[in-house]
Amino acid sequence: MSQPSASGGLGIRDLTLSIGRGEKAKRILRGISLDVPAGRITGLAGESGSGKTMTGMTVLGLQPEQATVGGVIEFDGRNLLELPTKKLNTLRGNDIAMVFQDPTSSLHPMLSIGSQLTDHLRQHTGMSKREALERARVVLEQVKVPDPAGALKKYPHQFSGGQLQRVAIASAIMCSPSVLIADEPTTALDVTVQAGILRLLRELCDDLGLAILLVTHDLGVMSALADTIAVMREGEIVEHGDRFQVITAPRDPYTRALIDALPRDGSTGAEQATTGDAS
Amino acid sequence: MSQTTAPASRPQPDVLAVAARRRLRFPAALRNPLAVTGTAIIVVWLLLALLAPMISPAGPLAQDFERLQPPSAAHWFGTDQLGRDVLARVLDGARVSIILPLLLVVSSLLVGTIAGSVAGYFGKVADEVIMRIADLVFAFPTIILAMVIAASLGPSLTNAVIAMLIVSWPAYARVTRSLVVVASRSEYVVAGRLLGNSPFVSLGKDILPNIIAPVVVLATLDVGTAILLLAGLSFLGLGAVPPTPDWGAMVSDGVQNFSSWWISVFPGLAILTVVLAFNFLGDALRDTLDPRTADAVKGRAL
Amino acid sequence: MTALLELEGVKVSYRVAGRPRLVAVDDVSLSLGTRQVLGLVGESGCGKSTLARAICGLEGLDSGSITFDGTPVTRLGMRTRDRKLLRIQMVFQNPYASLNPRRTIGRQIEDGLRVNPDRTAWTVPDLLAHVELDASARSRFPHQFSGGQRQRIAIARAIASGPDLLVGDEPIASLDASLQARVAGLMRSLALETGASLLFISHDLSVVRVIADDVAVMSRGRIVERGDVNEVWSNPQQPYTKQLLSAIPKVDGLGVLPG
Repeated sequence: MSQPSASGGLGIRDLTLSIGRGEKAKRILRGISLDVPAGRITGLAGESGSGKTMTGMTVLGLQPEQATVGGVIEFDGRNLLELPTKKLNTLRGNDIAMVFQDPTSSLHPMLSIGSQLTDHLRQHTGMSKREALERARVVLEQVKVPDPAGALKKYPHQFSGGQLQRVAIASAIMCSPSVLIADEPTTALDVTVQAGILRLLRELCDDLGLAILLVTHDLGVMSALADTIAVMREGEIVEHGDRFQVITAPRDPYTRALIDALPRDGSTGAEQATTGDAS
Repeated sequence: MSQTTAPASRPQPDVLAVAARRRLRFPAALRNPLAVTGTAIIVVWLLLALLAPMISPAGPLAQDFERLQPPSAAHWFGTDQLGRDVLARVLDGARVSIILPLLLVVSSLLVGTIAGSVAGYFGKVADEVIMRIADLVFAFPTIILAMVIAASLGPSLTNAVIAMLIVSWPAYARVTRSLVVVASRSEYVVAGRLLGNSPFVSLGKDILPNIIAPVVVLATLDVGTAILLLAGLSFLGLGAVPPTPDWGAMVSDGVQNFSSWWISVFPGLAILTVVLAFNFLGDALRDTLDPRTADAVKGRAL
Repeated sequence: MTALLELEGVKVSYRVAGRPRLVAVDDVSLSLGTRQVLGLVGESGCGKSTLARAICGLEGLDSGSITFDGTPVTRLGMRTRDRKLLRIQMVFQNPYASLNPRRTIGRQIEDGLRVNPDRTAWTVPDLLAHVELDASARSRFPHQFSGGQRQRIAIARAIASGPDLLVGDEPIASLDASLQARVAGLMRSLALETGASLLFISHDLSVVRVIADDVAVMSRGRIVERGDVNEVWSNPQQPYTKQLLSAIPKVDGLGVLPG
């Protein structure tokens, strides 16, 4: 079912999206072009309303019904925007998976983790229940949920926020997707928990050759995790480049303003004790 | 509650928004054909009840006519065993059989809402005492308990209404209590208390306006039941005392004169139409409620 | 400087079904001066929200005492709040639950004005302007506003009562990420402008860094470190604080994973 990881990336070309028609149409995306290559984490930054979340949603085919979409989203030699809904549904979850800010929104509160993780897989591959549960256990181990075998029998409310996000990530990678869209995956979490999830996403990207599109407003998260960073503003990508370049030498005035707006020492860290910064 | 309705002056850009909100709240429910039918029937009956003395073909108590005449041009609904015009009695009976249950529902709504709010908001002893009394009432089948109370008080309309009030307030208390318990944890209620609202002000200003809609829907659904209950008590001779025209009592009269079908059929039809009409209206109102509270009402109404 | 708010050995615990009592706040002593902005940070479950509720009289204390401007803070329960304690106001976490959906914004802000000892301090349009809302908001209902706007309204309502202490219990946690810093900044400037102190509770360290003068770090019901924000950030004393601060990803473009 899954694609060879070599071609696993995603190519977005001149993606436009508007809501409404004619004069009054609201242009949410104004020609986005972005490569999300396999084995790399591509960051999409911007303030709320910049269109970064809408870009992720459109890749998944989850844009609002009344929206008009143009351009090309290329995946495995096909344009996702031209695929019939049925094919897109199969693709979504199998080859392109997603992780959201709130893990509870993607997990059913009344079903055990085991059945939630295996349902989709069994439906699409005809795997036996035993095989599917074994796969689920392996994946939970991979995302470092403690006691994976026991976790399969638990329900969402029995996990902490951070553990639940790990379960949600496990659920996303169950079918061995080649693309993962992560929309603010750590925004609701405490910083120490966030650190663990960031580490996990990096490992998954490296080990599985996943193409990850990381959508977040948090430049700290961006700087720690993304390989390349695209900055969005009002439906356009104003800057796209290597992480180090975008953060340290932004070319676009808007990007510079975003970075300058951060606390002067560029956030924080205990090691400032050694540099003696007392701003 | 009055302060929750529209503000006195409304600036331009808001007119549409507020109008939209209005339209959503009440008339949307009434766009449903069943609701329209129900409302129309209720309005017609209320008018008939009010205008009964003016439009009635005869006095409801006048025994002026030949006994047990079938429906004819002179007596559309026929006459009963005492020579009274059935149409005149049905019209006049509307005043007892519709208006009394309406008043009853309003009073049990008041009693139940107050008791339920106090129980839900203050909790502890108040909650225990009020809700255990309610449970006590719930432990008996409604109609039987009403019969027992009415019988022990002696047959009269007043006593029947008292009996019905006793059996019907706990339903409102229970629904109100559960809604109040949830609402009183809301942050806006706490914020109000932090601004110095006393518990009673808090109840009246922040809680009741936000929970009253489902209780009123419940009341609408209950009017039909109340009409049936009063008719039932009168039928059993525990309500309206002869010669007061009451639909339940009239049906009962008909049973004693079985061959004269018209004596009981017409008041029976009257009961049927009014009860159906209130149920149509109540259902429609319930359906427009948000699903969460609608469940609470549905659970109780079924 | 006499403290505006003084906490002495405060302990709050909850009953949890089938388990021993959960101690949410354990022996916390804290003082807050006038016109001071104190950030209280800690991870979820550390007891910071319980502490905020206790300060407002919404939780009963197991032991210890809370004194506000010389008046002991007692549990609100089913009484009307002591007039002196009306000088403590709170802004809640969820802007969708903190306004009465059936009353206009104007009326809700007037609730605050009514308890302000200085009746002429504010008018509703004044307050709306201060929280960057249009005067027409007055006659509208909460559902016509976004989360960020509602939180501004809740702040306006609290400020309307002329508090000496404004408590924000995760007031920005439910807001859209890019709005958080602005709303937090607004709370700070309004509090200071009106001569009030601000106790700002948040799990977002970077926002606290920007708006607070002092910071208290809370972990497992206890305050482990307290000090000037910049000092704590540049020279944290406690291992927990160090761990917390080092978990914040740095915006340096180096791609170093924190923690």
